[in-house]
Amino acid sequence: MQVIPSQNSEQCCGGGVTGLSARLCGELDTFIDRLPQKEGQLVSVLHKAQSLFGYLPREVQEFVAQRMGESRAAVYGVVSFYSFFTMEPKGKHPISVCMGTACFVKGAGEALEALQKELGVRVGEVSADGLFSIDALRCVGACGLAPVVMVGEKVYGKITTANQVKEILTEYKNKEVH
Amino acid sequence: MKRIGSFEELKARHERLAPLLALRNTEENDPQTRDILVCGGTGCQASESEQLVKNLNSVLREHGLEREVRAQITGCFGFCEKGPIVKVHPDNVFYVEVKADDAREIIERHVLEGAPVERLLFEEPSVNARVQRQSDISFYGKQMRIALRNCGFINPESIEEYLANQGYQALGTALTDMTPEEVCLLIKESGLRGRGGGGFPTGVKWDIARAQAADQKYIICNADEGDPGAFMDRAIMEGDPHSVIEAMAIGGYAIGASKGLVYIRAEYPLAIQRLETALEQARNCGLLGANILGRGFGFDIEIKLGAGAFVCGEETALIRSMEGKRGEPTTKPPFPAEKGYWGKPSNVNNVETLANIPSIVLRGAGWYRGIGTEKSKGTKVFALAGKISNVGLVEVPLGTTLREIIYDIGGGIRNGRRFKAVQTGGPSGGCIPARFLDTPIDFESLSAIGSMMGSGGMIVLSEDDCMVNLAKFYLEFTMDESCGKCTSCRVGSKRMHEILERITQGKGVPEDMATLRTLAATIKDTALCGLGQTAPNPVLSTLEYFEDEYMAHVNEGRCPAGACTSLLQYSIAADRCVGCSLCARACPSGAISGTPKSLFRIDADVCTKCGECVDKCKFAAIASA
Repeated sequence: MQVIPSQNSEQCCGGGVTGLSARLCGELDTFIDRLPQKEGQLVSVLHKAQSLFGYLPREVQEFVAQRMGESRAAVYGVVSFYSFFTMEPKGKHPISVCMGTACFVKGAGEALEALQKELGVRVGEVSADGLFSIDALRCVGACGLAPVVMVGEKVYGKITTANQVKEILTEYKNKEVH
Repeated sequence: MKRIGSFEELKARHERLAPLLALRNTEENDPQTRDILVCGGTGCQASESEQLVKNLNSVLREHGLEREVRAQITGCFGFCEKGPIVKVHPDNVFYVEVKADDAREIIERHVLEGAPVERLLFEEPSVNARVQRQSDISFYGKQMRIALRNCGFINPESIEEYLANQGYQALGTALTDMTPEEVCLLIKESGLRGRGGGGFPTGVKWDIARAQAADQKYIICNADEGDPGAFMDRAIMEGDPHSVIEAMAIGGYAIGASKGLVYIRAEYPLAIQRLETALEQARNCGLLGANILGRGFGFDIEIKLGAGAFVCGEETALIRSMEGKRGEPTTKPPFPAEKGYWGKPSNVNNVETLANIPSIVLRGAGWYRGIGTEKSKGTKVFALAGKISNVGLVEVPLGTTLREIIYDIGGGIRNGRRFKAVQTGGPSGGCIPARFLDTPIDFESLSAIGSMMGSGGMIVLSEDDCMVNLAKFYLEFTMDESCGKCTSCRVGSKRMHEILERITQGKGVPEDMATLRTLAATIKDTALCGLGQTAPNPVLSTLEYFEDEYMAHVNEGRCPAGACTSLLQYSIAADRCVGCSLCARACPSGAISGTPKSLFRIDADVCTKCGECVDKCKFAAIASA
């Protein structure tokens, strides 16, 4: 769930894959080198890659394919299969609305609607200022607090009105100003 | 902590550590010292229970009490509705909805002056009074904790506390006094069945894996709890990770596996962290690794992260995912017990199933078999959620009726609304109407009424919930989660979803019901895995018990529950409208017109049913129907 946006713009020139931060590529390389064996570790490597780069664009997938000795198609096949992996960047404060059954029957749909309206973006998109992105996820297991909205790893419970949604967004917008 | 080299040493360690739990095992009215437990599960943590523990300990230090009294986290108490929960031993006081700022009052009033903080006690509806003890709360009245025995009792991050509560004694017993065959036989005789939803006898499964000849076998814990609205396994891993580890080691010994794997959802960071801590502790104590307790049995466990695919709860898909591939199911046979992880015999058990094992080994098959119904033994944990007064985690003996769970434990329907249905089994299950409320729950009885046990999700629905809309919700889930391998599931679920979408928009036709039934039957017959075969269940069960609701949508363009927004009609009541014009100014689509100080009207053709006008009206003059 942790999203660490790539802050380093140094170019990675190794292996013919360009456009990636050399530092992050190095970290991923070290992680791969330390694996007891490469076989069967593609999902773990992609988890690591996403935690480093924040998302898995084509360049990262190519880098992983090369280092793991897999075809690009095989890597793409795995990335696109699992909903936890994303090929799109997230906002600075990624927002997740729980759409598990418990939250759904208590009105998570309305909270999601209010968020989309307030930010002017749909699920899977990033707001124009790059601050927020919206995702719908399946159950964080905090059903006692339904409906649940998460910003980063912080959980906000019993979110049912548009005003509550506005308050949460303001909290983060204010942080930017100060 | 020092390595434990034998069963004798383990027993001695237990004796030495037992005083850690002394205050929790006694009840005293006017104690000199206290032991404070705060729920540290995901839900309560979201309500700042960590800060609460910090505050409690800092006030204790302020008063120089840090040696006599300690506040620490424990696993889920189950009463999530009223979290964060704080329990004070040995006077056995149970506080609810405690805020981080309440720490000072708890220490200064309760610990120092001996007067429990009245306002933080639970108000028990059955006696209309605040009660002190957990046992006085009707939510706990009919529960029996076996799988959750340590949740809310010990600190999940302390192996000392687990050992103090007979931890790893079952592993010691199995390794010292039993052969692998005897362990399998014991579990068979206990009647334990898989708690992940399948209900297959666990002992039989173990015995099949045991009988395979191979140089390497694996025992796998399925912790990919995918049913949205279910959090039993998460609570066990967060609250009692050692019992899962101990059970896996026992299972490894029984089937002849030296390696265990836990496949866990990446969405459960706290459970992963607690499990990692517990694994490290067990290794340091020599309870994992080579030559455990000097019995010549070596065993270790590796964690594999899932990546958000519901189908990976199916064991063949889970195994493929652990191998780093797309988690698509494969045809059975061969079963994982014959050819599983990397082609080796593998046994997959669910978290809750495993959490039962140590107690069965210690207390015997006869004890376990004495609980439950004829064919379903023991207890089951349910995640009770939805329109229920007491949302939470409950563990009851099988054979308890739905009514007992929903009304006696769950406190009935929230806000005095009427019960409509209870959904069990998640996306693979069905909706059970009121007339089956007295059904004693077991694997067979729930299947007989068109639902299933599933992993334990139990969503209670009221008269405000539209059953067509709910069926659509589940179909949307299975449609998204279909891996795409079988055409009937991939395309069939999409077609069914389209029909349901149409019906909820009032564009359904009478033939839709028959088409839905045909598609459902085809998917059930032709899909390869459990996800596909059960995907139509929510539609079939709602069609069976709530066909009138489908008909109202199709024939009258009306949603009886008032939940389908496209079918709502907004109107302004003439006797309430004062003509203030607020609604007309708030309407984003210009559907409301009128002249100030006279009755305003809504043009139904222009209205987008956004509900802004209802929110704005100060005279409650606008209603939808």
